[in-house]
Amino acid sequence: MATDPRRKPEQSRGANRARSAWREQAESYLTHHRKVARDSAQRLWHTPVASLMTWTVMGVALALPVALLLLLTSLQGVSAGWESSARVTAYIDLDVPLEQARELRGEMAADGRVASVELVDRDQALKEFRASSGLEDALDYLEENPLPHTLLVTPEESARSAEGVEALVRFMEGMEGVERVQVDLGWLQRLNAMTDLLARAVWALAILLAAAVVLVIGNTVRLSIESRRDEILVAKLVGGTDGFVRRPFLYTGAWFGLGGGVVALILLQLSLWWLSGPIERLAGLYRSDFSLNGLNFDGALALIIVAMLLGWLGAWVAVKRHLDDMEPGDIAGG
Amino acid sequence: MIEFRQVTKRYDSDHTALRQVNFGLERGELAFLTGHSGAGKSTLLKLIMVMERPTAGEVIVGGQVLNRLPRRQIPYIRRHIGVVFQNHQLLFDRTVFDNVAMPLEVMGASPRDTGRRVRAALDKVGLLNKEKMNPMQLSGGEQQRVGIARAVVNKPPVLLADEPTGNLDPALSSDIMNLFGQFSQVGVTVLIATHDIALINEMGRRTLTLDHGRLTAAGAPDTGGVSGH
Repeated sequence: MATDPRRKPEQSRGANRARSAWREQAESYLTHHRKVARDSAQRLWHTPVASLMTWTVMGVALALPVALLLLLTSLQGVSAGWESSARVTAYIDLDVPLEQARELRGEMAADGRVASVELVDRDQALKEFRASSGLEDALDYLEENPLPHTLLVTPEESARSAEGVEALVRFMEGMEGVERVQVDLGWLQRLNAMTDLLARAVWALAILLAAAVVLVIGNTVRLSIESRRDEILVAKLVGGTDGFVRRPFLYTGAWFGLGGGVVALILLQLSLWWLSGPIERLAGLYRSDFSLNGLNFDGALALIIVAMLLGWLGAWVAVKRHLDDMEPGDIAGG
Repeated sequence: MIEFRQVTKRYDSDHTALRQVNFGLERGELAFLTGHSGAGKSTLLKLIMVMERPTAGEVIVGGQVLNRLPRRQIPYIRRHIGVVFQNHQLLFDRTVFDNVAMPLEVMGASPRDTGRRVRAALDKVGLLNKEKMNPMQLSGGEQQRVGIARAVVNKPPVLLADEPTGNLDPALSSDIMNLFGQFSQVGVTVLIATHDIALINEMGRRTLTLDHGRLTAAGAPDTGGVSGH
């Protein structure tokens, strides 16, 4: 215990004693918690196979929804990336001359929802097409350039939502000289709808698996309660409160949760490592910068805390059901 | 210290363990509770421990009426009552010291305090040198003494014993009884359930006799009332 060097022990002795009694009480409470926590951990350690099995069951049950959530987050990252690069293409009537197209460009650039407008005139477009398509010879047979002037519009950040882009498209379609406006957001909307659906499915799965974890831990703790029946009865007999008797089992549940969380992290890292090669190749084929991201430190911490809470909750269910009814009446004999 | 007022305990509709029991025990009094098996001795002890609640009447321990005691308060009452069992109820997964320390641990005593009080209790029962042993390594009489040390380690005002000498030879039994006598001399109210008549006669103390749930004799004339016949 830390003592204040400035104050002599003789002074205000009563107050000191009251405070030290209070401190002693608090300290012994903490000591007791530490002891119970250590003792519960040691008990798990003494039955390594059984503990490892429980940890693994819990780890698998936790890793599955977390993996799906990570996948989902990555997919949402993809669609967000595409949304930000969404560009609206306006094709101008073939008979509109270049000067008028330039006017249109200026008009469009003045709109608040538009970040930038690029005008691709028809000659330039043909040149590019010739270069990229490999159809040079075929194009030579054409009597005139079939390509119109084109405006490439990049919407302002605020207008990049699905509705914003749609409004912009409608506005541009209404402009004179614009023949057709094209924006390919359909597949993006479908992807969004799919990830929304997937997200709900994953959350439902996560909730079911969390319930399973609670039940598994509850059952394991119930067995542990049964095996320590004598101790519980004696503790209740000598005046142990419900809280005192529950404490070791709640710690046991939390330790199961900790182990399960760690196993889940290991499983996640392993499967990520295993999948990273194929995913890179696949993303490469789609020219996408898609990558499956693992858990960062905060995520890992959150996973472990959630796992410990679930373990604690499972233990609490078991304790509520099996421990509180236990009364030392039957050991008193007949 | 302990008072029973018209206490009746009925288990099922047809099994009545205690019928209108009246008696009182003063502070520092030592009394025996005797009767045939099934006469209600254990039920009476359980009522004091609040393991059971009376069907009718009042059980008062240390001035507190136990009938109306909320469930949450029960542990705090038990901390004031030490109990010794025939089969001593020791835990074999820990040392003698840890067994005796349990009532203190439950109260949240500091380790320093615990060490001091456990050793004092073990010293009292003459087992100070065996604190580090497992109770399994001890003889029956020693195990019983560990049980007694556990019952008195937090200096409870009430000490109950259920057949404490049931498994012991007469010499050890009288040792243990002397121990109980010493506790009563320092103000502990001791109630010992036993059917060892020889021992009771030897001690010459107040004796409560139960017969089919009725208190038929209450021994000493000075304290407590006698119910029924």
